[in-house]
Amino acid sequence: MTAQLERKRRFRGLHLLEALATPHSIDRYLELLHPMLVLREIRGEVTSVHRTTRDSVTLTIRPNRRWRGFTAGQHVRVGVEINGVRHTRYYSPATSERSRDGRFELTVKAHDSGRVSRWLHANARRGLVLHLSPAEGEFTLPTTRPDRVLLVSGGSGITPVMSMLRTLTDEGHHGEIVFLHYAYTEADVPYLNALRELAARHDNVRLLLAYTDVEGGDLHGFFTEEHLRAAAPWFAETDTYLCGPPGLMAGARQVFDRLGVAHRLRTEDFAPPPITVDAEDATGEVTFGRSATTAPNSGRTLLEQAEAAGLKPEFGCRMGICFTCTSVKTSGCTRDVRNGELSTDPEEEIQICVSVPVGDVAIDI
Amino acid sequence: MTTKTPRLTPQQFEELGKDLDALRQRLLDDLGEEDRKYIYDVVKVQRALEVAGRGLLMASSFPPAWIAGTAALSLSKIIDNMEIGHNVMHGQYDWMRDPAMNSKMFEWDNVAPGENWKHSHNYIHHTYTNILGKDRDIGYGVLRMDEGQRWNPYYLGNPAYAFALMVFFEWGVMLHDLEVDNLRTGRKKWSETAGVRRRMWHKGLKQVLKDYVLFPALTGPQFVATATANATANLVRNIWAFSIIFCGHFPTGVESFTEDETKDETRGEWYFRQMLGSANISGSPLFHIMTGNLSHQIEHHLFPDIPARRYPQIAGEVRAICEKYGLPYNTGGLTKQLSSVAAKIVKLALPDRFWRKPSNPGTRNVKEGRALRVA
Repeated sequence: MTAQLERKRRFRGLHLLEALATPHSIDRYLELLHPMLVLREIRGEVTSVHRTTRDSVTLTIRPNRRWRGFTAGQHVRVGVEINGVRHTRYYSPATSERSRDGRFELTVKAHDSGRVSRWLHANARRGLVLHLSPAEGEFTLPTTRPDRVLLVSGGSGITPVMSMLRTLTDEGHHGEIVFLHYAYTEADVPYLNALRELAARHDNVRLLLAYTDVEGGDLHGFFTEEHLRAAAPWFAETDTYLCGPPGLMAGARQVFDRLGVAHRLRTEDFAPPPITVDAEDATGEVTFGRSATTAPNSGRTLLEQAEAAGLKPEFGCRMGICFTCTSVKTSGCTRDVRNGELSTDPEEEIQICVSVPVGDVAIDI
Repeated sequence: MTTKTPRLTPQQFEELGKDLDALRQRLLDDLGEEDRKYIYDVVKVQRALEVAGRGLLMASSFPPAWIAGTAALSLSKIIDNMEIGHNVMHGQYDWMRDPAMNSKMFEWDNVAPGENWKHSHNYIHHTYTNILGKDRDIGYGVLRMDEGQRWNPYYLGNPAYAFALMVFFEWGVMLHDLEVDNLRTGRKKWSETAGVRRRMWHKGLKQVLKDYVLFPALTGPQFVATATANATANLVRNIWAFSIIFCGHFPTGVESFTEDETKDETRGEWYFRQMLGSANISGSPLFHIMTGNLSHQIEHHLFPDIPARRYPQIAGEVRAICEKYGLPYNTGGLTKQLSSVAAKIVKLALPDRFWRKPSNPGTRNVKEGRALRVA
């Protein structure tokens, strides 16, 4: 009761401060003193940096008070400024959701074409302040923990399932946990020491490392039915949690489909699947209202069509998660390529990176 | 009005468009960390001035604190509105993808709501710059600032209206978005202004509450002294912004255009109109910052969405391009440009025939004389 009252009082104080700071947010003043002092936005300060494998870096992050924690398997949007431009990417914390000091870890693998991952790999240092979003995502364990669980990952897709493993062991979970990870070689396995230590300390944790490029692992090559049977013969009775590159995801889906247990596979894509749209049924014209441009509908996403027409609409993720590209569709019908959902109302906000026109469409770009 | 200036050939227009597009692309490619650092440095100075000003005014009954506080707050409001607000709301920093510096999210310390202003300014004024009947910034629907506006007795009050607009400039800018002139002629319906009016009400209320209730109340018995200081700071900003903005398009020599002339404009012709429809003010680097670099109105009108700190850097090149095509590059000191604007305000208050004889006798006579000789 007192805590509630105090919070109320603090909020009243905040409202007064904001009325004094209007039209600017109070954060626009506080951040000038120190970027971590903000009250409204979620930010996190990097408190330590480890380079675990040759191309990945692990950051320990101390979030500010706005951070509401995360559930193992969820991801968080991380924003950094690179040459003056804010870039955001999604990363999954790899630590236990039950950490006592409220800090969490992100492991970032530097991809050749990954601007943010390469920048973080080269420039992350103690004291760096990151922009964060609340944790989100449905790729999580049920609150009633399963008796047995199979966690499968590949490459840097290890982070959400690593978090699940650490959370379960932190909770003193007694059920069997099989952790199957795919890497090129042993040197490419993130958290190798931590994994071995966990497996040694907990009888119920079995660690299986599969190497695709060299011999010497517990398993060899890409995901197969044999791998699945070797890892978890009871796969049909419980859920499997899978996160990895598109190849692994597709391979595992095929195996589970063939075995008639597709419903047992829970997945998290961390690389966008290529968006395929049937160009056959593309009809009508796309009108870009603000720039007074019209082009025949090519069947591709509105973002791509706008770019093909020489326009430069804002965009971020290009996979429908960051809402940077959100624009107002003034008229016509569009389809969300992710779920086939139709947007038929005029004056509706749509994400142009994942929307394709169905017939004539006018959009305010 | 356009008769004095050389019309370019279609090829020249195309070449002019290409020259300026190339310059624009070079600037875009070069945007980066330095521009981000610059705008954040300006923000830091502005916020420091604001906090210092508000702080000093906690002792507003002590005259030196009143003077220093009012001065700091005036500077803060000027920088907030001009180098930060005007430019950020133009989308000059949208490329940073920083919500705090995004044109869609930013609000300035001014009663005019950003959303309304952006429509009138970014779209109407910057697209239809100096086209009579389309650019509502020619006289703001109140003044007669161009011979092309037909005189009527209402305009006898031109200097008085201009003075009132100067004193209450932020309110003028706010009401401008209502398009009273269009409401009067029936081109726009009152009901269509519902959104605009709601935003005005909300923004105006918050601004008034801050400057005339909350901050004065925080100073207790010094309420009146603090409220007066805040009013003075708003007034100083009004006068300064009015002066700079009126020097942008109204000094002598700035061209206006007709709707016919500008039908089906090419890119080059659009650039041509922007250059001829704007005027610069010369001055020191600090002066330029205090004007929000609107002292480089020509460069601003060519590239309204490029960070304003770039305008002084390219001014030399733009001038050289003007010379290449024999186009005027209208610039002068603040006193020269302002007095030219003041003279125009007075002159246009009276019907044109009043000035015809005394002000333009030379040209008439020379022309007539020449005609006689030819004959």
